[in-house]
Amino acid sequence: MSRAPTDTAPPACEEARRARQRRKAWQARIDRLTRELVTPEGAALHLRIGTFGERAGAFLIDFIIQWTIGIIIILAIAWGTARLGLSGWAIGGALIGVFVFFLRNFYFVWFEMGRRAATPGKRIVGLRVTARDGGELKAEAVLARNFMREIEVGLPLSFLFMAGDELNAWIGLFGFLWSGVFMFFPLLNRDRLRVGDLVAGTWVIHAPKTKLLKDITSARPPGGAAEGSFAFSPAQVEAYGIHELHVLEDVLRRSTPTVKGEVAARIRQKIGWQAQPGEKDLDFLEAYYGALRARLEQRMLFGERKEDKFDR
Amino acid sequence: MSDLLKSYRFREEREADWKALEAILRRAETGGVRALSDDQMMALPGLYRQAVSSLSVARSISLDQNVVAYLEGLCMRGYFFVYGPRTTLAQKAADFFRHDWPAAVRSAGLSTLLAFLCLFGAGALSFSLCMTDMDWFWTFQTGMFDMRTPNASTDYLRSTLYSEEVYAEDMLAAFAAQLFSHNSRIALFAFALGFAFGLPTALLLMYNGAMLGAFVALFTDRGLGYEVTGWLMIHGVTELFAIILAGAAGFMIGGAVAFPGRLSRMASAREAGGRAAQVALGCVVMLFLAALLEGFGRQLINVDAVRYTIAGGTLVIWLAYFYRPGRPGPGGAS
Repeated sequence: MSRAPTDTAPPACEEARRARQRRKAWQARIDRLTRELVTPEGAALHLRIGTFGERAGAFLIDFIIQWTIGIIIILAIAWGTARLGLSGWAIGGALIGVFVFFLRNFYFVWFEMGRRAATPGKRIVGLRVTARDGGELKAEAVLARNFMREIEVGLPLSFLFMAGDELNAWIGLFGFLWSGVFMFFPLLNRDRLRVGDLVAGTWVIHAPKTKLLKDITSARPPGGAAEGSFAFSPAQVEAYGIHELHVLEDVLRRSTPTVKGEVAARIRQKIGWQAQPGEKDLDFLEAYYGALRARLEQRMLFGERKEDKFDR
Repeated sequence: MSDLLKSYRFREEREADWKALEAILRRAETGGVRALSDDQMMALPGLYRQAVSSLSVARSISLDQNVVAYLEGLCMRGYFFVYGPRTTLAQKAADFFRHDWPAAVRSAGLSTLLAFLCLFGAGALSFSLCMTDMDWFWTFQTGMFDMRTPNASTDYLRSTLYSEEVYAEDMLAAFAAQLFSHNSRIALFAFALGFAFGLPTALLLMYNGAMLGAFVALFTDRGLGYEVTGWLMIHGVTELFAIILAGAAGFMIGGAVAFPGRLSRMASAREAGGRAAQVALGCVVMLFLAALLEGFGRQLINVDAVRYTIAGGTLVIWLAYFYRPGRPGPGGAS
């Protein structure tokens, strides 16, 4: 459906086509990470696998939280035992021992067995753990994936900090390279599985909480004061496709007035719209968004998806 | 303008129900099923199904990214809640101790035997080597700060086995030191290293067994064999059993990865992984108990016979707990 590139394409058009290719490549990458889960109701949910970066970020946050809690509690115990007049570290040390034991072994397990199936770090990044077969996430799966962390993080680190003479340093280096395979295992498979995920039968998906925002078209009630002033011709609402509509949606929801002004100017130029005196950029953009969406949704009902402005 | 938009009308008609579902889910995610009122419980399945069908429709008629992303997230949360686990953490823990743990240990019979042979085979080897020539001790024992070496006097060695004056603080300190001594870490390592076809697990077990054998040989050489065994075994039965089981968990995974049989390698690893993880969790529990026994039991009890009794008693209890026949689990006899 897309228009064949012509030899005489002007530079701006060339740039746009390259941007389009980049976008397609990005979309293909996202699609490769998307899995379909068919619910018992027969509807398909699209699960996107968490990327390596997201996973690493979540782990880093968890690591910081874990040891912040640890340090705070150790200080609290030290302060408490000092206040009670207990000399030495025996009682405080034992308490800390028990506490660190639980913190190290069960921090991840505790949170991932919870209702959100995610540690605080994962929740911040918008990830959750699920069973690969779409069924219930079992307790033993959570245990397995977290106990496996010993060889993914513990082992490379212990090789890295291996003390001793030159021989030990070489052993440490080779050990680190060998165990690094486990650490970077998620990069080596399609599903971004850690060794722990592989053994536990789980994977980590991107499940962010999205707020339902106001529909942009609802800002301009039908028959309102400004309604009549924007009457776009069929050619004008055919100028863009679904991709541009989504970009416009993002601009309207997130951008600053300056950016909105620039976008409005670009669109006016593209569709040849003569701004009336006193016309506000925001009103123009919302009206055009409504008109474009109405047109594209109508075409979609007839089974034609106009993906972007290059589509006919 | 808006009245032309089907997707807008579609959203307007259903938005209240979506919001109601979201409120119920938010409540359930923070407070659990029990936080929901009867009305909410009744409404949940209907609202969930409606949201799922809304999602299908929205995908085909709406170009509002926000609505589709919102519904996608809402349905996913609904799905995980509606088809998610129903048991509480306390229930899971009770199941674990009542039948899951012993059943998992029973299913690892062959691996347990292998781990036992690795640990005690290496132990016996280093013991007999050291008994013929104590110079071997230095090969197996590499602890740099330990005074218990062939250079120490017999009286000193004997004094390390018994505590004359017992202070509560010493016991706590010993308990804490035991927890810090990375035993639980070694156990989890033995489990995790099983993934590399079980070979590093075997090496880890043999290494620890050899150290133990050399240690016992040193004391036996000075005529303290009976005493040191009591000193070791009062907590060692639990601790060594735990390490053997951790090794067994590693071998389960290693075996499943190396010899998947008729299953695919992935399915085989997953099938063994769950059971092996339960065995490993059990090891962490056992090592915690062993730390208690070491910290308190060994310092309070300085009579060899009593030490042996406790050692034998714990062995009987563990064996009975794991291998007592005829205990069906909830999913049928195992």
